[in-house]
Amino acid sequence: MYNARTEQRRAWLQASPALIWLGFFFLAPLVLILIYSFQGRANDGTVLWNWSLANYQKLFADGAFWRTLWLSTWIALVVTAITLVVSYPLAFFMATRSPKRRGLLVLAVMIPFWTNFLVRIYAWKVLLGNNGVVNRFLDQFDLGPLQMINNPSAVIMALIYGELPYMILPLYAALERFDWVQLEAARDLGAGRFQTFWRVLLPQTLPGITAGSILVFVPTVGTFAVSDILGGTSVNMVGNSLSLQFGSASNWAYGSAISMIFMLLLLGAILLYFKATQEVNDGENPG
Amino acid sequence: MAKILADKRIETKHGRSRPVAKRHMPWGTWALTLNAIFVYTFLYVPIIVLVLFSFNAAKVGAQWQGFTLQWYNELFADARLGDALWTSLKIAGLSTVIATTIGTLAALALEKRGWRGRKAFDTGLYLPVIIPDVVMAVSLLGFFTLAFRQFQALLGLNLAMGLWTVIISHVAFNISFVTVVVGTSLANFDRRLEEAAADLGATPWQTFWKIKFPLIGPGVLGGALLSFTLSLDDFVVTFFTRGPGVNTLTTEVYGRIKKSISPEINAISSLMLLGSTILVLTSLWMQRRRQA
Repeated sequence: MYNARTEQRRAWLQASPALIWLGFFFLAPLVLILIYSFQGRANDGTVLWNWSLANYQKLFADGAFWRTLWLSTWIALVVTAITLVVSYPLAFFMATRSPKRRGLLVLAVMIPFWTNFLVRIYAWKVLLGNNGVVNRFLDQFDLGPLQMINNPSAVIMALIYGELPYMILPLYAALERFDWVQLEAARDLGAGRFQTFWRVLLPQTLPGITAGSILVFVPTVGTFAVSDILGGTSVNMVGNSLSLQFGSASNWAYGSAISMIFMLLLLGAILLYFKATQEVNDGENPG
Repeated sequence: MAKILADKRIETKHGRSRPVAKRHMPWGTWALTLNAIFVYTFLYVPIIVLVLFSFNAAKVGAQWQGFTLQWYNELFADARLGDALWTSLKIAGLSTVIATTIGTLAALALEKRGWRGRKAFDTGLYLPVIIPDVVMAVSLLGFFTLAFRQFQALLGLNLAMGLWTVIISHVAFNISFVTVVVGTSLANFDRRLEEAAADLGATPWQTFWKIKFPLIGPGVLGGALLSFTLSLDDFVVTFFTRGPGVNTLTTEVYGRIKKSISPEINAISSLMLLGSTILVLTSLWMQRRRQA
């Protein structure tokens, strides 16, 4: 009835629409920009077919690009670290409430999570903008106006705000599954609070930490809208240089080279991170 | 000892018991509570301010000058915005139907073990989640441009970017999310039910629609909901793959908020907030009803 060959065939049949769609509209475009990255730019802004390594040579010597990449990485690391440090105790707090309270606390995280990201960015512009709520408030005391947007801090603030739920929810999912009796057991066996956390709780919630960090880091490092709206011209992240090359600068070949280097570094970083967290986990739970 | 432990336990939703955590962290309880208050305040102050000021009579600036519904009235009279909302809903609706179908099928394929290429397919499906959307957006722009030029040169076919290129692109980034969500609900599905149905003479088609689909239905619905929201939320991919004249709610609002802050945008934002709140509450209510 369920023999292996029909099962195989059915699996392939079911996988094929996704394979075809993603093959055409995800993989092929990526291969295309890989090819574009070895081409040049014609005078009318189109891609000039002329194989060379020129874009990569230019890229490696391009100080502005490396500054952009460094700023993006730094901002994404700060945002990921802060959201993690704030979210872990919060998720712990949520997971240790009564079931009814827990439902409410999760709901309160879900509402901002499902709200359009533009609304969340815009809210910070309303608060911090030159004509915003904080500056009008300061006016009453003849203080300010303070220039609070168009700098990295405003971008970081809005990113933390936007990404917090992506960190809280996986951490909460991991902590909710945790069997709390183990804490008691560790304490009974003489472990201190720190040891209990480090050796029992942390290793078992590590998958949540890994998932949350990647869910926060990736969109942050590749952001385009937040730095565009709250950073103005003074905060240039990789997303902004990409959209510049594919937009007004019309240098698709160079933009493709940027995408390639960016993607390679990002995938490399994610793989390393996965490996590192797995090793920590193996080290803590031998066998 | 066991008795003392048992006394300190409370029942959780899943029927497992756990000790009351306060017993373990007397020193930390206040710090945890303080942190929670801080985070929830941080999450809600900006959006509450936004909603408050959407009712502010002042045209410029953030001084409170009395309550008004003027900005909402202006919104409802704004035809551009209405068109943009309709375009967004069309894109989100169509791409969700397609992505949910394809993504669910992919999840069903992944559920089957031991077919060649399964592992590569599984890994590959995560790539659209990991690749930043801006890279996906510019690569799709390059792809459509080149493909259309080739179509014209080889077949004399005149194609241009429009609404449909946006829909295609949204499906491409939504499939993986649907597959992941449906996959988790398939993991909880007892395959013996399928075998039992087959033993009792049900055709595979009957087994799927009468046994399996009703059980994984909530997962499929969850995937569709996620896909719909991601599509409505998207700005970058839409921005790069749309044809001239295609304006969604996000591209329209983006242009406006980049320029300045204004009470009309406060009002749009408040309505979007209301929309997402209703969505969350509805899905929660549906979950509750299913459990009851």
